[in-house]
Amino acid sequence: MDEAIVEVKGVGKTYDNGVEALRDVNLAFPKGRLSTLLGPSGCGKTTLLKIIAGLLPSNAGEVWVKGRKVEGPGPERAFVFQDFALLPWADVLRNVAFGLELRGVARPEREKVARNYIEEVGLKGFEHRHPSQLSGGMRQRVGLARALTVDADIILMDEPFSSVDEQTRRKFQEDLLDLLRHHQKTVIFVTHSIEEAAYLSDQIALLSPRPGTVSKIVRPAVDHSRSPDEIRRDRGYLDTVDEIWSILRKYV
Amino acid sequence: MRGWQLASFGLFFGLWELAGRWPISAAFPPFSTTFLALLEMLRDGSLGKAYLITAQPLLLGVALCGLAGIAFGIGMGLSRTVEWLSLPIFIILQAAPMAAIIPLLTYMYGIGLTSKVLAVIMLAAPVIVMNSYKGIRNTPPSLLQMCRSFQGSRRQEVVKIVLPHAAALIFTGLRLGLAMGFIGIVIAELLITPTGIGDLITYHSSVADYPKMFATIASIVAVAAISLHLLERLERRLFPSG
Repeated sequence: MDEAIVEVKGVGKTYDNGVEALRDVNLAFPKGRLSTLLGPSGCGKTTLLKIIAGLLPSNAGEVWVKGRKVEGPGPERAFVFQDFALLPWADVLRNVAFGLELRGVARPEREKVARNYIEEVGLKGFEHRHPSQLSGGMRQRVGLARALTVDADIILMDEPFSSVDEQTRRKFQEDLLDLLRHHQKTVIFVTHSIEEAAYLSDQIALLSPRPGTVSKIVRPAVDHSRSPDEIRRDRGYLDTVDEIWSILRKYV
Repeated sequence: MRGWQLASFGLFFGLWELAGRWPISAAFPPFSTTFLALLEMLRDGSLGKAYLITAQPLLLGVALCGLAGIAFGIGMGLSRTVEWLSLPIFIILQAAPMAAIIPLLTYMYGIGLTSKVLAVIMLAAPVIVMNSYKGIRNTPPSLLQMCRSFQGSRRQEVVKIVLPHAAALIFTGLRLGLAMGFIGIVIAELLITPTGIGDLITYHSSVADYPKMFATIASIVAVAAISLHLLERLERRLFPSG
């Protein structure tokens, strides 16, 4: 297996209200790969992602990113939010450039970078639309473009397709695979969809609920260089879906 | 203005005319007489003069609330300490019967401009402060997390996210504050000392010139309604997504 870029060591999290969300989670995320955190709702997968992002403190254990201990958010990690988290009063261009704006990059420069990624995610021509004028799928493309502009090595995605309809979702998944392969990003992806996990991932960490802990790590034998339709009929893909379901059904 | 809105006004004024001619009371003039009295007062300048006087404490009060109230509301939204100290005051002010409190102002501040400005502030401040406070507090948590995830500073968070998000609600607060200010100034001018509009109402009622008295009252309603309507349109233009 490849070198780990993110390491989670013995992480535990108990919320102020006494709910234990995570207990002794140990995981390594390989560099340049797409890893998924998969589990039923309430298994703490979003909590774990936010701890890796540095947005939430853990109560136990530590997270290491590129050999450094995580104390908070950092420039090598970018987050894609489930509810998009776009500024409703700003247009697509400003939203995509917002990460760079916060870093103090001058306007002409950050807009140049932003335009480039707006084109890459397929939103060329929508630069001056506002989020309210976009569909859910397009809004999430804005969220993805914003994460790409800051040129982080690691992209953290929190159920990015959960509020996107099925057709858009498939197209978006395919585009995502293309983009990430092209940019050599490490992706940590939270989802509750078994098919999505099996289709996208190089590594799937299955989390059991309450308290969330890693119950199994699955590495789908899926050749991502093949076409999407071939993958969806692939033996390895179908076996992975069955294997995951046989584990997860115990928790439902 | 649409046809049905005009029709609604027409119906209202028609009923008023009928009621005045009935007559319900000798002190209730029909619409036509009232309207002529209004034109008369516009022509002789007494209405304009009265509004100039009334506008001073009203605008001064709303402007002071606009500056201090918004600052206060933002402070309450951003700091738990300021919130803890001052939230109860504004909740009490919102519930207090102002007409009973305003005469107390004359004991403390006399019958001059100060008392009237204070009357406007007491009515307008709670809604302006509370709206600013709520605008700040209702910032979506995911936007704040987004800012943090890109290593935004607390200052950037406030300037680039919290304040723009609150702007629409703050403006609404100002508009509602002006509406409350109209109520405050009329009460103050009737209860403290009759000046401006309050003087016109008191005077015409004391000499039994009811058409002019009603014309004054109707003019306040019209001025308040029109200025609030214009502010609402400006608000929709400034904050289209609403």
